[in-house]
Amino acid sequence: MNHVVRRELGASYAFVERNFNLVKRYWGWEVVWLAYSIANSLAVTFIGAGASEISGQPIDTQYMVMYLLIGTLVWHFLSVVFSIVSDMIAWERWEGTIEYTLMAPISRFTHLVGTTLFSLVYGVFHTAVILFTVVVFFDLDLSRANLAAATVILVLGSVSFIGLGIMAAILPLLFPERGAQMTNVVQAVLLLVSGIYYPVSVLPTWIRPFSYLSPATYVLEGMRQAVLEGATLGSLWASIWPLLVAGVVSVPLGVRLFMVAERYAKREGRLAREG
Amino acid sequence: MTTNALALDVRHVRKVFEKERGRHWPWHRKKDVQQVVALDDVSLRVAPREIYGILGPNGSGKSTLIRCISTLLLPDAGTIRVFGHDVVREERIVKELINRVSVEASFFKKLSPMENLMFGARLYGLDPKVARHEIVEVLTRLGLEKAAIFRPMEKMSRGMQQKVAVARALLTRPRLLLLDEPTTGLDPRSKREVQAFVRTLRDRYDTTVVLTTHDMDEAERLCDRIAIIDRGRIVAEGTLAELKAIARRNGHEPTLEDVFMALTGRALSDEQENLGVGGVA
Repeated sequence: MNHVVRRELGASYAFVERNFNLVKRYWGWEVVWLAYSIANSLAVTFIGAGASEISGQPIDTQYMVMYLLIGTLVWHFLSVVFSIVSDMIAWERWEGTIEYTLMAPISRFTHLVGTTLFSLVYGVFHTAVILFTVVVFFDLDLSRANLAAATVILVLGSVSFIGLGIMAAILPLLFPERGAQMTNVVQAVLLLVSGIYYPVSVLPTWIRPFSYLSPATYVLEGMRQAVLEGATLGSLWASIWPLLVAGVVSVPLGVRLFMVAERYAKREGRLAREG
Repeated sequence: MTTNALALDVRHVRKVFEKERGRHWPWHRKKDVQQVVALDDVSLRVAPREIYGILGPNGSGKSTLIRCISTLLLPDAGTIRVFGHDVVREERIVKELINRVSVEASFFKKLSPMENLMFGARLYGLDPKVARHEIVEVLTRLGLEKAAIFRPMEKMSRGMQQKVAVARALLTRPRLLLLDEPTTGLDPRSKREVQAFVRTLRDRYDTTVVLTTHDMDEAERLCDRIAIIDRGRIVAEGTLAELKAIARRNGHEPTLEDVFMALTGRALSDEQENLGVGGVA
């Protein structure tokens, strides 16, 4: 392997290793966070189980449970990926290491690849633990599910969320005091417009155009069709092509914008101030 | 000294920060922008293997200059070259040549020295096996117990943390080491140990060192040449003897404090007490 590529891969791995070391050191917090996530997912899914009693109408409870479960799991995974990528600068600010990390002789792309790899591994592990726990509480019928197609949709969705996360990471770079909180606003808007727990058709007309801009909308639509109706990849093209476009555009655009923002922060002296 | 032979060549560097005051809401049109000149036409040259001191009070522009050299700040005007490479246009090459220890030891405090230093080693492309061995060797040489190398840094004293910071910089074998007030806040013993280590760095690895300080004794003890910086301007530069000659009167042997007073009309300690009035880190 080319020396330069090997070195950049090694530097990317530095972020993966460091972040796993942090997970290990903050294990108490990780247990609490996992318990919170499980409780949250269960609470949402129980809404489906109780839908018939709530409305007093006969409802396909199994379908409702699966509908909400897909929403909560997919959102958990995507929001974990988004949070880790978008917090990469905020995290360094909290710890006071931002200048040291940005002074290292590595490309920003390498830095982002390392953070992204960690976010994916962490997100998959976290979501899998939640899924296995939820399975104990609910009798899930996956007989019709096309899990391969669902996986493809999730992978494509992850790429565009990585791109969005990189763009959101610019906020803590430019706004040392409040940038991290701004990324939470981005996440909340995505949650609102993407049809995580309801079809986007119930949203007011003026909000709906925003849902078409969110990659999560297409991930959810595709996942639900694949898992609930066993849709094949061919029939999911309406969800796949927007995700392909979003991924191809958002990642390079995110990296480019991040580099422009880094240069601006260096000109204005915004790296030194701690949030 | 030819330009190509220089470890550091700073020419006419200027950096101005703008501070907004009195604008709390976006619809308030009137902005009160205060300009703070952090560096004003700063020029200096440092030869390889030299230990070069930049002495000045807090807010005089020392750290701003170090940040510009470290590629963390872009100068508004002027050029900075490290071993002939421009810090703005050849940023990546410069980053390979330098490392920096700042006044606050920047670490993930929950991680151990080993975990923090391995992160640094991987970023700088060092062989992980070799790095692991060297980390233990350097840290024990700096006085850390072996067990402490694997415990979270939050339990360490500031002096110990600063030694780990010095070790991290040493690990990457920088040709130019930037020390930004590395001993501020350390107890006298830790201070002496870090100072001894700086000398060892130069003697053993031919490292060029640029050291900022407001500690007169430290500057006298360590530096081959010293620049005195005040309000963003270099007001004098030379060997200790040359600087003392500026303030020598009636056979009285002046201190660096006397030199600073003779050049600026103020005491260095007075400046530090008046911190925060338009000061720049």
